[in-house]
Amino acid sequence: MSIDQFTYSPIPPEAEAIRAEVRGFLADALADVPPTRRAESWMGFDARFSRRLGERGWIGMALPKRYGGAEASAFSRYVVIEELLAAGAPVSAHWFADRQSGPQILHYGSDAQKDFHLPAICRGEQFFCIGMSEPNSGSDLASIKSSARRAGDKWIVNGQKVWTTNAHRSHYMIALLRTDPDSRRNEGLSQFIVDLSLPGITIRPIKDLTGASHFNEVFFDDVALDAGALVGTEGQGWAQVTAELAFERSGPERFLSSITLLQSLLGAIGADPDALQARDIGRLTARLVTLRQMSLAVTAQLAAGRNPAWEASVVKELGTSFEQEIPELAEALLDVAPATRGGGEHARVLAYLMQEAPSFSLRGGTREILRGIIARGLGMR
Amino acid sequence: MRQMFDSTVERLFADLTSPAAVLACEDGPWPQAMWTAVEESGFPLALAPEALGGAGASWADVCGVIRLAGRFNLPLPLPEAMLANWLLGAAGLAPASGAVSVAGAGALRLRDGVVSGEALDVPWGDAVPLVVAVAGGAEPAVVLLPTGAARRRDGANVAAESRATLLFEDVAPVAQAPLPAGWPVDVLLLGGAMVRAAQIAGALEGVLALATAYAGERVQFGKPIGSFQAIQHQVAVLAEHAAAAVMASEAAFAAADTRIVRLQAIAAKICASEAAGIGAGVAHAVHGAIGFTHEHSLHLSTRRLWSWRSEFGSASAWSQRLGRAVCAAGPEGFWPGVTDGRFDTLQEQSA
Ligand SMILES: Cc1cc2nc3c(=O)[nH]c(=O)nc-3n(C[C@H](O)[C@H](O)[C@H](O)COP(=O)(O)OP(=O)(O)OC[C@H]3O[C@@H](n4cnc5c(N)ncnc54)[C@H](O)[C@@H]3O)c2cc1C
Repeated sequence: MSIDQFTYSPIPPEAEAIRAEVRGFLADALADVPPTRRAESWMGFDARFSRRLGERGWIGMALPKRYGGAEASAFSRYVVIEELLAAGAPVSAHWFADRQSGPQILHYGSDAQKDFHLPAICRGEQFFCIGMSEPNSGSDLASIKSSARRAGDKWIVNGQKVWTTNAHRSHYMIALLRTDPDSRRNEGLSQFIVDLSLPGITIRPIKDLTGASHFNEVFFDDVALDAGALVGTEGQGWAQVTAELAFERSGPERFLSSITLLQSLLGAIGADPDALQARDIGRLTARLVTLRQMSLAVTAQLAAGRNPAWEASVVKELGTSFEQEIPELAEALLDVAPATRGGGEHARVLAYLMQEAPSFSLRGGTREILRGIIARGLGMR
Repeated sequence: MRQMFDSTVERLFADLTSPAAVLACEDGPWPQAMWTAVEESGFPLALAPEALGGAGASWADVCGVIRLAGRFNLPLPLPEAMLANWLLGAAGLAPASGAVSVAGAGALRLRDGVVSGEALDVPWGDAVPLVVAVAGGAEPAVVLLPTGAARRRDGANVAAESRATLLFEDVAPVAQAPLPAGWPVDVLLLGGAMVRAAQIAGALEGVLALATAYAGERVQFGKPIGSFQAIQHQVAVLAEHAAAAVMASEAAFAAADTRIVRLQAIAAKICASEAAGIGAGVAHAVHGAIGFTHEHSLHLSTRRLWSWRSEFGSASAWSQRLGRAVCAAGPEGFWPGVTDGRFDTLQEQSA
C-alpha cells in the first residue's frame, strides 16, 4: 500500500548544515520587514531579493553545476525552502522557476533550452509563470482549448489562459496547449516555453478579493513561437504536466502558507496560555511536525527518481487543511478582530491570511480533485 | 532486522488473531496459549539488551511489530511487555520472565526498600504477574512489582481489554534500580504514548483496508458504493489520516535511540489519536448497518481505536503540555523548536 511509502527520511547532516547560514542571511536581509509583509511570503514579489538568493546559490540548487546549479541534494533545497517560508521571505518572483520550470526544463527541455534558461533561473534573473488553467478548464485541465498550430517552422498560438500567477511580471510562461486539433481530453497536448514579450500577447491583471493583483488573464492572438519553444515531445504534454504536479504538491509551501500568523498568534497569546489556547497550539505543532516528516518522505521519493503522485496529494490535502485551520483557530482563541487598517500587527496579519486562506486548497489542484486522486490510488475508481 | 521482524510477526499474528479468537478474549480468561506463542517468538524481549538475554533491537526495528499488533487487534500486552523490558534493560536489570505490563500513570513511592501507592489503568493488570513502574522517592527508581501483592480494582477499556488499578502497600519489588540519570520520571507514560500511536496507526491501516474492500463489494443503486464520490472522499480522508499516523509513529520510533525523543513521541500520539476518531467514524459510515453489528469484525478495530487514543495521555492532555512549552518558547523560538525537534520546557516539565 502507498502508505508504506511514508518512511522516515530525516534531513541528512550535510543538508542540515546549511540551515544556520540561511537563517543568518534571512535574519539580516529581512530585519526591517514587518510581519504584515512576511505574511505574504510566497505572494511577495521582490526581484532584488531573488537575485541576492541567486548569488548565494539558493535558486535551482539541485540543478547540475554546468547550468549554474549546485548539484545539491533535494534535502538541501528543502532546508532552504522551508527556512525562506518560515521567515516569510518574498519568494514569489523566482518561485515557479525554482520549483517547477527549472526541473521541468532540465528533464524534458532541449539542450538549447537548458543552456539558455537554466543559468538565468539559477541567477534569479529569469522568472516563469505556469499557464495551465483556462476559463472553462480549471479542475478539468484535460479540456483545455488554447492551441498551437504548426505553420512552417513556427507554432502559432491562439486562446486564453487565466489565473496565471505573476504573468504580468514574468519573462516566460510554460504553457500547456493543444497541438492536435482533432485530439480529445489529455491526448494531443504539448508544453511550450512562451516568451511573454512576443507580439500578440495581452496580459490583464485580475484583482483578488484583497484588492491585490497577483494573477492574470493572458490572451494569445496569433502569437508566433519558434520551433525551439516546444518542451519535450509533441503530444506528451499531459504526462509531462502530471510529473510536474508531484513537485508542485508536496513541498513545505503546502503547509507553511500561514506560518507567520501562527507565529504572531504565539506572540499575542504570550508565554502563559489558557487551557484551550495551549491545547490548540500544541495540536497545531504536532501536526506541523508530522507534515514535515510526510513532506520529507515525498522528497526522498522524488530524489530517488520515483513519481509519488499519490503521496504528494496526501501531503497537500492534509497540509492545506492545516494552513487553513490556523486563521480559524487564531480567530477562535483570541478576542482580536482582523483589521485591514489600524489595529495591531497581529490583527493585520490575521486579516491578510484569513482572506488568503480559501486559495490554499484551490491553487495547485482543489481539495476535491486531490481526494479523487487519493481514492483512485486506493483502487476505488 | 526490520523486514524479518515484520514478516515473522505478520504470520504469527495472522494465525493467532482470528476474529473469534480476539472476541473470546473480551472479558474472558487470560489467553495463555496465545501468550505462550507470542512469548516463544521472543518479541517481548526484543528491546532488552543482548547482554541481559534480549535481542538488542532498536525502537526503529520494532515499529512494524507494534503497528502489526494494532492491525491484528492482538489482545495481549505485547507492546507493553516490550516497553517494560526496554526500561528494565536501560536500568541494567534483567528482563521479566513471562507476561509483564507497565504502569504509565499513578503515583508510587519507594521508601525503605518497599513500594506504596497506586498504579492506574495497568493493561492486563488483572492477569499479568508482573508490572514495571517508575517509583518516586529520594531518587526515582525503576521497579518490577508483583501484581499478586496488590489490591486490585478491575476495569476495562471500550474494547473490553483489562485495565486494572493496582494498590500497593509496602510491597518489596522483585527487582529495582535507579532510573538512569537525567531520565524523565514519566518515561513510561511517554513510551506508552509512542507505542499506542503505532498501534493506532496499524489499526487504521486495517480499517482502511476493510473500508476500501467493502466499498468495492457492496452494491447499491446498481453499482459498488465505492463508485460514489461521497464515499471516495470519505475514504480518502481516512487514508490521509492513517498515513499521518503511520508517518508520525515511524518518525518517533526512528528518532528514539537510547532515549525516546519527547517532541516526536508526543506529536505521534496527538496525530494518531486525532486520526483514530476520524478513521473510526469514516469506517463505520462506509460499512453502514452491517459494521454496527457484533457479527462484523470492524468493531474489533474501531473499539480499540476509541480506547487507545485516550490511553497514556489523550490528544488533549498531550496537546496542552506541548502547547504550554511552545508558548513558553514564543514566536522566535517556535520554528527553531520545530526544526531542532525540541522545546526546552517540554523536556524540563517532567525531568
Ligand atoms: C491564488 C491562485 C493562484 C493560481 N495560480 C495559477 C497559476 O499560476 N497557473 C494556473 O494555471 N492556474 C492557477 N490557478 C488556478 C487553479 O489551478 C484552479 O483554480 C483550480 O485548478 C480549480 O479550477 P477552477 O478555479 O476553475 O474551479 P472549478 O474547476 O470550476 O471547480 C469549482 C469547484 O468544483 C469542484 N469540482 C470540480 N470538478 C470536480 C469533480 N470532478 N469532482 C468534484 N468536485 C469538482 C472543485 O473542487 C471546486 O470546489 C490559481 C488559482 C488560485 C486561487
